[in-house]
Amino acid sequence: MNIMIVGVGGQGTLLASRILGNVAIKMDYDVKVSEVHGMSQRGGSVVTYVKYGEKVYSPIIDRGEADIILAFEILEAYRAMPYLKKGGKIIANTQQMNPMPVITGAMEYPKDIEKKLSERIDLQAVDALAAAKEAGNLKAVNVVLIGLLAKSTDTDKQIWLNTIKETVPEKLLDVNLKAFEIGYNM
Amino acid sequence: MKKLMLGNAAVARGAYEAGVRVVSSYPGTPSTEITENIVKYDDIYVEWAPNEKVAAEVAIGASIAGGRAMSCMKHVGLNVMADSVFTVSYTGVNGGLVLCVADDQGMHSSQNEQDSRHYAKASKIMMLEPSDSSECKKFTKQAYSLSEEFDTPVFLRLSTRVSHSQSLVEEEERTEQPLKDYEKNPQKYVMMPGNAIHRHVVVEERMKKLAEFAETTELNSVEDNGSEIGVIASGIAYMYAKEALGDRVNYLKLGMIYPLPEKLIQDFAAKCCKVYVIEELDPFIEEHCKAIGIDVIGKDAFTLLGEYTPSMIKEAVLGEAPAEFEAIEENIPIRPPVMCAGCPHRGVFYVLKKLGLTVSGDIGCYTLGAAAPLQSIDTTICMGASVSAAHGMSKVRGAEFNKKLVSVIGDSTFMHSGITGLVDIVYNKGNNTIIILDNSITGMTGHQDNPTTGYTIRKEPTKQVNLITLCKSIGIEHVTVADPFDVKLFERIVKEETERDEPSVIIAQRPCALLPNMRKTYTGHCTITDKCKKCKMCMKLGCPAISLDGDAVKIDTTQCNGCGLCVNVCPFEAIEQED
Ligand SMILES: Cc1ncc(C[n+]2csc(CCOP(=O)(O)OP(=O)(O)O)c2C)c(N)n1
Repeated sequence: MNIMIVGVGGQGTLLASRILGNVAIKMDYDVKVSEVHGMSQRGGSVVTYVKYGEKVYSPIIDRGEADIILAFEILEAYRAMPYLKKGGKIIANTQQMNPMPVITGAMEYPKDIEKKLSERIDLQAVDALAAAKEAGNLKAVNVVLIGLLAKSTDTDKQIWLNTIKETVPEKLLDVNLKAFEIGYNM
Repeated sequence: MKKLMLGNAAVARGAYEAGVRVVSSYPGTPSTEITENIVKYDDIYVEWAPNEKVAAEVAIGASIAGGRAMSCMKHVGLNVMADSVFTVSYTGVNGGLVLCVADDQGMHSSQNEQDSRHYAKASKIMMLEPSDSSECKKFTKQAYSLSEEFDTPVFLRLSTRVSHSQSLVEEEERTEQPLKDYEKNPQKYVMMPGNAIHRHVVVEERMKKLAEFAETTELNSVEDNGSEIGVIASGIAYMYAKEALGDRVNYLKLGMIYPLPEKLIQDFAAKCCKVYVIEELDPFIEEHCKAIGIDVIGKDAFTLLGEYTPSMIKEAVLGEAPAEFEAIEENIPIRPPVMCAGCPHRGVFYVLKKLGLTVSGDIGCYTLGAAAPLQSIDTTICMGASVSAAHGMSKVRGAEFNKKLVSVIGDSTFMHSGITGLVDIVYNKGNNTIIILDNSITGMTGHQDNPTTGYTIRKEPTKQVNLITLCKSIGIEHVTVADPFDVKLFERIVKEETERDEPSVIIAQRPCALLPNMRKTYTGHCTITDKCKKCKMCMKLGCPAISLDGDAVKIDTTQCNGCGLCVNVCPFEAIEQED
């Protein structure tokens, strides 16, 4: 299984990939998670890969090879489209964050991304920001999306819940479990 | 139980299990988390040194004194420690000594794409290269036994994808290593010519022994799949090849990449019709193969640039096309890294751009001051060069040019290698203006403490280097401290200091917005009121939270942290800061 998690530096994509990685080990798979640290974390495009199966060699995913792309921002979903395998699925947060070329006016934010994506691939677009608000914390966007991902993969929900409990700090647990449920049931 | 572990965390675990006592490093992506993970182990003394040369020497001292020691750096960090490295190759070790160097293929976070394997050859130091986290731990432990067995420092070469990928690792217990006896031994440890000349002989003998060892060590392994095609690879490139080619080729996996075996390669090649060397960056293994008379295919089929991928390998070796994919048919905006909302550097570059100054830049988060819309920085070479290069610029272009020239350098970078450049300016009658961007932390590499922050790597309070007294003590008479968010005052100070016919230092002081204390200080958001005249002055800041919505300016509340810089630059008092 090849899963690619994309977003904007600072959105919490790393946490999502770590949780997914740990879920996969609990299912007795071989797992590799490739992360991004350093410069590109500063508000740039970030990409992490999670691969699991009998035996995993390369930690990276090539174009046309991702079974699922989980996108934290819609332009990043679009940017990642070439990585999707034929018949794969993109789960995307509809939130828009302007990249610097748009802010400076050098370029425009592409229009109708959702439409363009759904014409070509299997897209599940959700407003994860509103869902996070509902759960009680805007920062829980990543866990809402993790909930959606859990639903889309052939995995036991309880494993996800256990992994979240082990990963998130105690005082944020309630909000995060709520966010997960909202995502899972979207 | 197996655990998912970052390659860097696995190196740290390996050091712990090997009984390492001292780790001294300077941060640098992708190597930083090795040292950060060492903090978990109370049995190890760990520190951030001001730069890699100091770090290496701390580790060398610990080794000579009888304990196992480590120093970790990014590839360019090895340039800084090179002087120590070339001579510790001669002295050898007492306690095992391992130097971890992480290359950055693809330049995710670096100013160049150098291949550190050349250093192993140039300094005659053995080098191992793991290809996943479990090997990271295993090779680290083995590196210590080899270091002591062959009386040599050992390089552990990593790369972004090995350092920053998580894979499964089995933890084991720590084996305590008693301190080796310390004996005065000037023939071995005092490298003056009369002694060094004898040690060089020892080094060459060691190289011979290591070359023999390379033939038989299980670090190098052959996988014979009965194919006519052979692949020689190491590190992450081996994993890409395995994924791409499966059991359709034979493999010679090299875990020890310096010195390289001869006979092992010859025997492997003899059984294949065609042999590929798959290695990112330079043709290091390829040139060795060709030098021993083996006709291999390397850089004729593979690029010298960036990272490889499995599909690229599949295409080159088997001629099979990569998977089909949906291409994006329009030009979409890139999303380069940006200075964070609330970044203190933004105030500085806003002023420097407004004044139209030439800016001799350096390396850190503030290098982003070169990007649109702030676009102030003119040059960035390597750590510390902002100060010394500006001195050279003024010497060649004269006083008038100098009045429109400043250097910008971060607090950590100044401690790393800015001080010596400043001494040069004072000593050689320069009159440059240096701006130290003191954000109270090493930002770029993810918040490491440094000598100016007042805390050690273990967050124990310690003496803090006072930048004002430091600059004054080397002869800078004009040292001014200013808040870069007070843009009017900051502008006035920059004008005054650049006008001066003497060297001066401005310390731009405001902590990084991501520090826990600042996260508490900045509350609420800034909002645009109906007093806005759409002059777009605030947009010149290049804040990721401020953008245009039609022709109106809007502030994105999910990104704004209420730092208030935009309030200070608005000429119409049209931005309000919530409490
Ligand atoms: C020789 C060398 N070592 C390490 C690095 C990695 N590195 C780049 S900038 C930097 C420090 C940045 O800290 P600071 O100067 O305080 O600036 P800030 O990022 O906080 O703005 C480091 C460690 C490097 N580029 N070169």
